[in-house]
Amino acid sequence: MSTRISFILNGSRVTVDVEPWESLLDVIRKKLGLKGTKLAFCRGACGGCGACTVIIDGRAVYSSILPAYKVDGRNVITIEGLASPEGLHPLQEAFVEAGAIQCGFCTSGMLMSAKALLDENPDPSDDEIKDALRGNLCRCTGYVKIIEAIKLASKRMRRPAGGG
Amino acid sequence: MSGQVTGVVEVKEELKHISKEVPKYDSPEKVVGEARYLADVDMPGMLHAKILRSPYPHARILSIDTSKAERIPGVVAVITARDVKLNPIGFMKDNPPLKSNKVRSVRDEVAAVAAVDPEIAMEALDDIEVEYDPLPAVFDPLKALKPGAPLIHDEFGTNSVNLDFGFEAGDVEAALKAADVVVEGTYRTQYVAANPGDTMGALAWMDAHGVMNVMTNTQAPFLYQRWLAEALGLPGYRVRVVQPYIGGAFGRSLDVLPFDVIVAALAMKTRRPVKLQFTRAEELQNAPPKQPIIAMVKHGATKDGKLVARSVDLVIDSGPYVSWGVFDARVMQYTATGLYQVPFVNFKTKVVYTNNPYCGAQRSAGNSQITFALESNLEELAEELGMDPVEFRLKNANKPGTVTSQGAKITTCAMEEALREAAERIGWRGRRSAGPDRGIGFACYFHVGGGARIYRSDGCGAAVKIDDFGGVTVIVGGTEYGNGLDTSVQLIVAEELGIPLDRVKVYINGDTNIRLWDVGTHASRGTFVCGNAALHAAREARRQLLQGAAEFLDESSDDLDLKDGMIYSKKNYEKRMAYDKMIRRMHFFKGAKGTVVSTSYFYEPPSEEQDKHGYGNISAAYGFGCQSALVEVDRETGKVKVLKVVSAHDAGRVINPNGFKGQVHGGVMMGIGLALIEELKVSGGRVLNGVFEEYKMPRVVDVPEIIPVSVGEPDPAGPFGAKGMAESPIIPMAPAIANAIADAVGVRLRELPMSPERVWRALRAISSTR
Repeated sequence: MSTRISFILNGSRVTVDVEPWESLLDVIRKKLGLKGTKLAFCRGACGGCGACTVIIDGRAVYSSILPAYKVDGRNVITIEGLASPEGLHPLQEAFVEAGAIQCGFCTSGMLMSAKALLDENPDPSDDEIKDALRGNLCRCTGYVKIIEAIKLASKRMRRPAGGG
Repeated sequence: MSGQVTGVVEVKEELKHISKEVPKYDSPEKVVGEARYLADVDMPGMLHAKILRSPYPHARILSIDTSKAERIPGVVAVITARDVKLNPIGFMKDNPPLKSNKVRSVRDEVAAVAAVDPEIAMEALDDIEVEYDPLPAVFDPLKALKPGAPLIHDEFGTNSVNLDFGFEAGDVEAALKAADVVVEGTYRTQYVAANPGDTMGALAWMDAHGVMNVMTNTQAPFLYQRWLAEALGLPGYRVRVVQPYIGGAFGRSLDVLPFDVIVAALAMKTRRPVKLQFTRAEELQNAPPKQPIIAMVKHGATKDGKLVARSVDLVIDSGPYVSWGVFDARVMQYTATGLYQVPFVNFKTKVVYTNNPYCGAQRSAGNSQITFALESNLEELAEELGMDPVEFRLKNANKPGTVTSQGAKITTCAMEEALREAAERIGWRGRRSAGPDRGIGFACYFHVGGGARIYRSDGCGAAVKIDDFGGVTVIVGGTEYGNGLDTSVQLIVAEELGIPLDRVKVYINGDTNIRLWDVGTHASRGTFVCGNAALHAAREARRQLLQGAAEFLDESSDDLDLKDGMIYSKKNYEKRMAYDKMIRRMHFFKGAKGTVVSTSYFYEPPSEEQDKHGYGNISAAYGFGCQSALVEVDRETGKVKVLKVVSAHDAGRVINPNGFKGQVHGGVMMGIGLALIEELKVSGGRVLNGVFEEYKMPRVVDVPEIIPVSVGEPDPAGPFGAKGMAESPIIPMAPAIANAIADAVGVRLRELPMSPERVWRALRAISSTR
């Protein structure tokens, strides 16, 4: 029953056998061993919490409700692929600095939604940021510092090296 | 959007780390996805457990047949109350982990399976045959008290729980009779799910030493160790508790629940690691929610607005078992006597067994519920008196240097300042002046800020060791689940030692074999209690270090100081040495004593247990504050939108402003959820909206402008003057919003949540009477 699929995961090609009912989240976490994408135990009954968000071809997607075979031939980024060998992504730096993290369970998903937003819209308004985070729940932070962190990263990414 | 922490808390220049904006200690690993939560931990050979729960809220168990389930390939063990002897758990020891004769709620555990994967375990549950004889059930606590009501525990002969949280100060009836104005009302709060990202669970294994190891996302690992040992019939030293990173808890992880005991029992039986973690649906159905209350409140005042008496009659639905949720009554009792200066107070409770779900503590442990009732009723009283709500509250505000009728010794208290800040920053200009369909409401709070002695010890232990390179490890008994205790401890230790922040590593969560005892992270006690423990352990490390240095610098240790990592003579700065170099000297230098600096300290806050009348000073400091809310009501739909919240807190010196603001933002949003959005709808003892998409919680689009404000002065008992505050922002949020709705459109909502439907109905009711 299983299908062999091949896709780009965090910049490297991976090939893996998946069952038709397996979610991308299960494949990433169990078969590929990357545990940074969070499992909120919705078991497919999605509550729109966004903890499992990954980026597929530039768009933020819930990996827990996406059958894994659908990513064959596509480009997937998870939290483990956000930093580069040179260092953290500006969003990661901003989340740390702005205090956008408390328990951390939503953080991976928030960062993925935020990256997808900034890649497409480098200078989002508050409302555009809120719109991009509609599908991500956070129980701890009240979202305020997450929004601040995204604004901070956006500002820095538009004014690279030495800018304010 | 950004709120500044402002106020009079003066930050002395010589404080290097305290009160500085620093990143949360564990955010580096969280931001790259390296933090490992329970869901991320597997063990070789690990089995997965599932629990068979009752389909009936109340029934006799006639027979259980597990033989078919046991034959399923992949099933390793099936247990029922017949197979394993487990002791009942909970405060009243009324909750057997596996039920034998009777089930009393749909949560009740009847059997459990361990299998090689969760799907097989689930399938095996279907093959366990249980014959029940359904019994009449009771879901209304008032009906449960009537004669002839079905008995939840037959052996007790009554549904009235044998716990009295009553407290009486003076003749309240006489005082109410003498009052110029008396206002009374009944207020109700709802079941609310904590519902953090990380669902409840445990991973248990017996090791070769015969020790039961449990990895769990509990908030109280040392109570867990004790209670699990008691339930299993093991000595406590044969239970070890390990906490991974915890993705939120909010109070619901304080009890040991039947599932914890069942997982351990399966691990004992199979001699393999066994894991159970709730699915989201199980979390919503089975994790303890916030304790609902029915509160009948009466306030009496003189005509110039001075409070003379308060009476509170409370009904608490215990569900079938007594958990931490019921003990919310003690916090509510303390607020009933403590919030504002009220000379006469009568607080009565009825705690009742029913077939509803049992609850747990949740952020503020009852205070958000009772404060909704009290502050709503007080606003009604102020309106009746024709008084300005701010002026009325200022007239009755708590003051420093006072003692409540229940014995709470109020040391520092800036409630008046908090009120003024909340009024000014929200733009208060008097009633009905916020604009069309807009209103402003206020509510204050009184809460423990220096620990809460609800257990015999409210202490915490901490240890400090310094390695040969100047690296400092603080081992702390407290628990981190997003609350920020890790960062407070890091700041406190770096400050006390006088070394750079990045030299301090915090060992938190992890292993009960390594950490010193702590009662658990709850009651906003972490920074105050665990922070004080870390402070004293660091102080002793500093003393040892300077004593050792005295020899090498040929100076009395009293004349030495340690700042910015340098040990130096205060008399002659030429005599100095970097502290890490000094550490190596003390350890390795030829002829040295071979000293290695390591210390520990157990801090027990100077508070008292309540006596049998309920009298006693349970906290070493108290937190006060005020929140104001600006709302807009849509008359067509009844929908309430919160536009702005000012959240002013006397938390002593704010030692971790980043954490302070984060707790304010998060608490305010959780408070908005409690006030307007959230409810586990329970009918027939069953949660009806127990799937993720039907349980609504605040989202990013619900965020108003939030202004955190710090008021007050450093508290003499707190570490660097800090008082606890993490629960505080949720406490006055619902009444502030209720009072704002009343100001906006003239309707009084006495039941939570104040959903569009309830607001709309209330609006319709007043328009039809006009």
